[in-house]
Amino acid sequence: MMRFFLCCMTLLFMSVLFLKAEEKHTPSGEATHQIEKKKFEPGSFMFDHIGDAYEWHIMTVGHKHISIPLPVILYSKTKGLSIFMSGRFHHGHNSYKGYKLEMSGENKGKITDEEGNLPLDLSITKNVASLLFSIGLILWIFLAMAKPYKRNALKPPRGIQSFLEPIVVFIRDEVAIPSIGKKKYEVFMPYLLTVFFFILFNNVLGLIPVPPGGANLTGNISVTFVLALFTFIITTIRGNRNYWKHIFNTPGVPVWLKIPVPLMPLVETIGIFTKPFVLMVRLFANITAGHIIALGFLSLIYIFAEMSTGLAYGVSIVSIVFLIFMTFLELLVAFIQAFVFTFLSALYFGMATEEHH
Amino acid sequence: MGLLTPDTGTIIWTFIGFLITFLILRKYAWKPILNALKERDNSIANALKAADKAKKEISRLEADNEKILAEARLERDQIIKEARELKESLINDAKDQAKAESKKMIEEARESIKNEKTAAINELKKQVAEFSVDIAEKILSSELSDPKKHKDLVDRTLNDIRFM
Repeated sequence: MMRFFLCCMTLLFMSVLFLKAEEKHTPSGEATHQIEKKKFEPGSFMFDHIGDAYEWHIMTVGHKHISIPLPVILYSKTKGLSIFMSGRFHHGHNSYKGYKLEMSGENKGKITDEEGNLPLDLSITKNVASLLFSIGLILWIFLAMAKPYKRNALKPPRGIQSFLEPIVVFIRDEVAIPSIGKKKYEVFMPYLLTVFFFILFNNVLGLIPVPPGGANLTGNISVTFVLALFTFIITTIRGNRNYWKHIFNTPGVPVWLKIPVPLMPLVETIGIFTKPFVLMVRLFANITAGHIIALGFLSLIYIFAEMSTGLAYGVSIVSIVFLIFMTFLELLVAFIQAFVFTFLSALYFGMATEEHH
Repeated sequence: MGLLTPDTGTIIWTFIGFLITFLILRKYAWKPILNALKERDNSIANALKAADKAKKEISRLEADNEKILAEARLERDQIIKEARELKESLINDAKDQAKAESKKMIEEARESIKNEKTAAINELKKQVAEFSVDIAEKILSSELSDPKKHKDLVDRTLNDIRFM
């Protein structure tokens, strides 16, 4: 635990270093900012927080944005590869190397070149940085956890083992074995465990409001898309004869549903894709909704603050109570959604490998 | 960046990141952990089975012990009984023998006493006869030494002899 704490501290110090560097770049922007007093817009406030960004915004003091700049990696056919820090854009005020950050229009929030075309964007955005951090955390925790098992398998668990082992056993005994069956579950265990802990860690990290937490990673459709894609690929590869027969020649269904119009095969084929699609949308929607509600309660304070300061103090008490309540609820949701994704993946694997009976 | 439109960069990063995480964890974390859990489960199951077997064995042994104990008790009783009988018979034998011996000794004693007595009586008889002859001799010599007495004797004797 000590080492983890140290890791966090180093990251914080590094971010402070970046901040210092960035503040030097922004004296020109400040003057223009101070003139216009922006009205609070809860919509953009929320969507800025749950969406992705090229920099990791921590807070805004007065009109100074305090954020960690992240590397931008772009590739276009004409310009080739270009790598630079996102601080170069000065929050969309500057363009750099011919690229600029669109602040409005169709490609709002994206990087475009002079002609308005989108380059291949491999930037380490807020979500990617959060992803890399969570991967590091997961790898570190589980490789550390695996060590005592390698040394002596029969020793009773201790330390982090005793916290994580029941979860591993739960996934094995309550998720994998009932859904897939005792004979075949072992092949799927590594994936199920990885996906469960990946979602769980990122869900919980998303609830922590300060970096390296706070990114809405599992509430990002691209991320849930990839996770669902893995489930889809594994289901399709592992699908046995019985599974495909079930799709193209469903047993126990009248023949007129298959010939001449292949209604059942069509439905079943769509089913192959809807299953992972549902996984993708469920995780995305649940986590995003949680973030939106939490941000909504926060926004209330600012909305009332624009009416009167006293009212805002009153509302803030209620808002924060609700926010704490929501955070606990989201903690529960973090576990439930990780479980549901894993459980449904296991069910699909079970369907794909079921033997004819 | 749109909320609902997947973003190519994020997809690529997530795909690579997740795949690497999965591959590393599969090899270096899940494999040893799952193997260890399986091994532990097996060892616990085996231990339970062995304990059950041992319990059965113990109960079987206990039953055996009971049986052996009962047999031993029976045997002990038998031995004690036999010993008692042996003792009784030994004592009786000894008694009988002693009785017979004493009887025999008494008989012998009686016999020897009888013999001694007979011998003594015979001796006595012999001595008495000798003494009588001696006395008679002495009396006769004294009686015959004195003519008067001699005459008296003859007279007395003649008196005693009755003439028919």
